[in-house]
Amino acid sequence: MPLDQPVGSGISRRSLLKLASAAGGGLVLGVMLPWPVRQAAAASGDGFAPNAFIRIDRAGQVTMVMPYVEMGQGTYTSIPMLLAEELEVGLDQVHLEHAPADDKLYANPLLGFQATGGSTAIRASWEPMRRAGAAARMMLIAAAAATWNVDAAACRAQSGAVIHAASKRKLAYGALVDKAAALPVPEQIALKDPKDFKLIGKPAKRLDTPLKVNGKAEFGIDTRLPGMRIATVASSPVFGGKLASLDDSKAKAVKGVRQIVRLDEAVAVIADHMGAAKKGLAALEIKWDDGANAHVSSADLIREMDAASQGPGVVDKNEGDVAAALQGAATRLEAIYQVPFLAHAAMEPMNCTVHVAKDRCDVWVGTQIAGRARAVTAELTGLPPEKVEIHNHLIGGGFGRRLDVDGIALAVRIAKQVDGPVKVIWTREEDIQHDIYRPYYYDRMAAGLDADGKVVAWSHRVTGSSILARWLPPAFKDGHDFDAVEAAMGPYSFPNAHVDYVRHEPPAGLLTGWWRGVGVTHNAFMVEGFIDELAVTAKQDPVAFRRGLLDKSPRARAVLDLAAAKAGWGGSLPAGSGRGVSVIFGFGTYVAQVAEVAVGKDGQVRVKRVVCAVDCGHVVNPDTVKAQIEGGAIFGITAALYGEITLKDGRVEQANFDSYQMLRIDEAPAIEVHIVESGEAPGGMGEPSTSTIGPAVVNAIFAATGVRLRKLPIDTAQLKSA
Amino acid sequence: MAYKIKVNGASHTVDVDDDTPLLWVLRDVLGMTGTKFGCGMALCGACTVHVDGAPTRSCITTIDSVGDSAITTIEAIDQTPSGRSIQQAWVDLEVPQCGYCQSGQIMSASALLRDNPHPGDTEIDDAMSGNICRCGTYVRIRAAIKQAAASPAPAAKKG
Repeated sequence: MPLDQPVGSGISRRSLLKLASAAGGGLVLGVMLPWPVRQAAAASGDGFAPNAFIRIDRAGQVTMVMPYVEMGQGTYTSIPMLLAEELEVGLDQVHLEHAPADDKLYANPLLGFQATGGSTAIRASWEPMRRAGAAARMMLIAAAAATWNVDAAACRAQSGAVIHAASKRKLAYGALVDKAAALPVPEQIALKDPKDFKLIGKPAKRLDTPLKVNGKAEFGIDTRLPGMRIATVASSPVFGGKLASLDDSKAKAVKGVRQIVRLDEAVAVIADHMGAAKKGLAALEIKWDDGANAHVSSADLIREMDAASQGPGVVDKNEGDVAAALQGAATRLEAIYQVPFLAHAAMEPMNCTVHVAKDRCDVWVGTQIAGRARAVTAELTGLPPEKVEIHNHLIGGGFGRRLDVDGIALAVRIAKQVDGPVKVIWTREEDIQHDIYRPYYYDRMAAGLDADGKVVAWSHRVTGSSILARWLPPAFKDGHDFDAVEAAMGPYSFPNAHVDYVRHEPPAGLLTGWWRGVGVTHNAFMVEGFIDELAVTAKQDPVAFRRGLLDKSPRARAVLDLAAAKAGWGGSLPAGSGRGVSVIFGFGTYVAQVAEVAVGKDGQVRVKRVVCAVDCGHVVNPDTVKAQIEGGAIFGITAALYGEITLKDGRVEQANFDSYQMLRIDEAPAIEVHIVESGEAPGGMGEPSTSTIGPAVVNAIFAATGVRLRKLPIDTAQLKSA
Repeated sequence: MAYKIKVNGASHTVDVDDDTPLLWVLRDVLGMTGTKFGCGMALCGACTVHVDGAPTRSCITTIDSVGDSAITTIEAIDQTPSGRSIQQAWVDLEVPQCGYCQSGQIMSASALLRDNPHPGDTEIDDAMSGNICRCGTYVRIRAAIKQAAASPAPAAKKG
């Protein structure tokens, strides 16, 4: 098994060894000595670690340290593929480890710090990871050549060994590590010609799959430590509210409850197990001081956004003269498009295990942003960062939620009051009601068509909160938020275009954050819905109309054509059914989707089939590309049909999967994926399909019913025909 | 009070309140973390185990209701032919993404396949629609159940 228990994760070395001995020693568990990658291998003298990502020990065991966290997107297979391709080892020869928190060693080259998100991992890794693998290979070859006293150019690497064909000699990597470790890292690195790729571009079995079918995969929530307590927490139901008073006498009487922890805005029950913690929490008599947000409602927020969206906004793009072109247009169209606050609802509820000791702090968690996890822990404990260790884990669904460290901060504050390690688990209700939500966007669209139906003017004003301003303030300059306006014109070109952004924040305490493709996902809905309206106004076929706007984007046009052809665009469908299309360029990837929907007389929408064409440049693992399209579409259909967080009296009205509904298998469409072969630089795959599906569904609903929906989630009341 | 329960063929005695959900007894008291917490209200299926063979949401199954029933969890599902078939099909078709819900999916699917060796789409819907997958692996879950139905069960692993 290539991925054994990821060490440096939840399970301690001691417990692993214990496990191994319990199994009679016959079971290979991939126990690896904790070997801080910060420590140079040459100095330690027992192996070869040419960079922070690769270690090879004397037994030839190759260990790869994963700078990006695995949350379902397949990064624990695709990143090793890049390394292994150049290192010339098979994926079955590789052990994986989670990287420790280190913003320097494990920085995401596209972001400048250690983070997994924004569909960046493959884009950021394409060159650096192959170079890391190639450098190691070159050093191992040089070590073998020196051993044999032959020219390195006469040697080659294959399957974890160096071969000198002329003399038929062969040395396994393990035998070369000491010598290789003494060599300098080469300055000139030769990457393989893509035509020689053995792994990249071929379907690879995911390294994490075997552990995910037998219950052995370890997520943060599975952390077990000697003496560990389990806690659950209630934060003020009104965001920004405080704890006013607490009667914990009944809770303390619950069997297994050990302690009640009070914070300014939350209460936690510490217990022997989650059953007792939850029972204790239910037994607390809490009075909250609701504070300034006690009467906040969604209707008020939307009214405020409507006012704010009158603008003007900060100009992102201004090409030609939109005002004049609109004035002179034969037809003018205006529309307001809206998307709601959304929760992430990852299947693994928020959780974090913390042990605050006198001189150090350990944190066991699945995080997309380990460096910040360490920084916030250091800040809250007063410890220097090097005394804080983040033990990262597989994540049971990220979608951007684990790019924030609020859950880690809350757990650390609780753990500071607890002796020994404590695992803080949020109930599903807490998870949904105290999320950091995808922003509400309220966008004003305007366009002008000439007498031939050509678009002569395009205007898109985005109004919404700025995630960047909160999450990465240096990137938010003079009111510009590049994420909020990303793809606000779609992949199209217009002779006159104007895009601006009005920042409008909800009341203090209600935070907004990353949610599977934020900028592109929201703008794709606005742009692709409005483009469809323009096509209808111009009395043109929606695919043909889009083609006409894609002269300057041949790759977008190609995926559009492919999706339309594979979907049988233009073919007949039963009454009450319709097809809708959308196309995007985002995350470095071109995607077109055709959705087929059926709308019942009761207004219920059923997505029957989704056909997707994708051009993501060089494909690393084709099956992962396919899986991300499939899953991303389901994720986006859930949002389009059901996703909505609303506020009343300062409280989130949704609480669990009954009120915050997920798409289920009986509602899932058939999904076809067609991948365009391409030698272009790789694009991201985690988010594009979530972006395209929403507008494709809404456009299909229009085709089926003639009803144009400009707001998500779809309102079935507007679709009732009987 | 103390309860004696039978999990994966082994007896355990646990001392918890009578209304403690089986889920937390498995995860926190017995340390068997393969069974997952998702919602606590039997809405998502992540906590599915078999109680005398019946797929059961352990998050709402109180310990006092278990009695001497045989509980099977994901950790032992490879001891059953249908469990092995499902696990193999899950690996062959690369069903899991994040993987968090998959213990529950596999428990539901293996119970389905045991009772109905050749389920159709409607039967798959009925058996599996209580299990949410946020990553959206439904297309592959359906295909994998059909593949498992069409293939002989892999042999039991020794030891």
